[in-house]
Amino acid sequence: MTACNERYVEYMHDYLDGDISHDHEKELKQHLKSCADCQQHMHELSDSIAFIKSAAHITAPLHFETRVMQRLPKRKNTAGIQKWLRRHPIIVAAAVFVLFMSATLVGSYSNDTQFSVTKQPNLIVEGQTVTVPEGEVVKGDIVVKNGDIVIEGEVDGNVTVINGKYMASSAVVTGQVEEIDQAFEWLWYEMKQMFNSFISLFK
Amino acid sequence: MDALVNKRIKQVLKGDQSAYTDIVNLYQHKLYQICYRMLGNKEEAEDIAQEAFVRAYVNLHSYDQKRKFSTWLYRIATNLCIDRIRKKKPDYYLDAEVAGTDGLNMYSQIASSEKLPEDVVAQMELQERVQYEISRLPDKYRAVIVLKYIEELSLQEISEILEMPLGTVKTRIHRGREALRKQLNNL
Repeated sequence: MTACNERYVEYMHDYLDGDISHDHEKELKQHLKSCADCQQHMHELSDSIAFIKSAAHITAPLHFETRVMQRLPKRKNTAGIQKWLRRHPIIVAAAVFVLFMSATLVGSYSNDTQFSVTKQPNLIVEGQTVTVPEGEVVKGDIVVKNGDIVIEGEVDGNVTVINGKYMASSAVVTGQVEEIDQAFEWLWYEMKQMFNSFISLFK
Repeated sequence: MDALVNKRIKQVLKGDQSAYTDIVNLYQHKLYQICYRMLGNKEEAEDIAQEAFVRAYVNLHSYDQKRKFSTWLYRIATNLCIDRIRKKKPDYYLDAEVAGTDGLNMYSQIASSEKLPEDVVAQMELQERVQYEISRLPDKYRAVIVLKYIEELSLQEISEILEMPLGTVKTRIHRGREALRKQLNNL
């Protein structure tokens, strides 16, 4: 290959890339008119390109998409959950707390269908009815579960009736009187109790 | 199209795997075509093209959405193709001179064993012949020629896909064209 040839071959490629300067293009065209070798070379290059470009358009085989989707790793989703958990530790702690709380509450609710009453020395229990006799003073709180309470005397404390009735005529109760019938109210009561006992731990 | 692609990418990043279907659907033919032209074999092309989509999915968080998605995806695919081609090659150096010969190197050995007899080539159908000539190109020229003349991408895009300077891409295309010219006129 002669020196002149090499320079023009360079121009040919620049021309084929579409970034030949105007001057070089002129020069190349001028040269091709007079040089049969370069003309031949240029033709062969153009033919090679045309040959490659005649390649048929190829499409992906059938079900290609489905197969790709099947190959995708599935763990991506659980990784997302783990990431979320790691990013919100307080929510996770709260969720765990609520879960355990509700488990104990639900557990104790279903067990608590039996009659029970707080033990106080001067209470009279007949079947499922608790009576505070006339003239007697009960010191302390009374909690009656699944039963009724009749107060004829005095109670120096709170009275709570769960799933039962509070009956009083001339009763004197120094504390609060609460009647709890529904599950929700009961739940609320339990939570308050739990909170109170929790607070008293620190007292 | 870019807006749709970016929307789908965001959905995938949020954990919606099914949004990736549209991305595969949009690029499957082009990606498969690149792999097929590079590897010259349907089974391998399908395998590598699928692998490219899987890798793109796994590494989607590292894709810069300000850039063109196709460039990024084609880069993954061409890298996989080039790796595959190199693995298939025997592990001796082609440039090494063969002992006992004067100036003969492994290129001449390979060429003589890979090149099919003239009458076989002459009887090939056009499409078969095109693929045959592409696969005879050394892999560094093959990638640029496929991207330039089969995918019809700009030199700038090719330089981004192959992560090499524009000047190198030009040189390779020039040499690739010369190699092709010689192949076609040696018959």
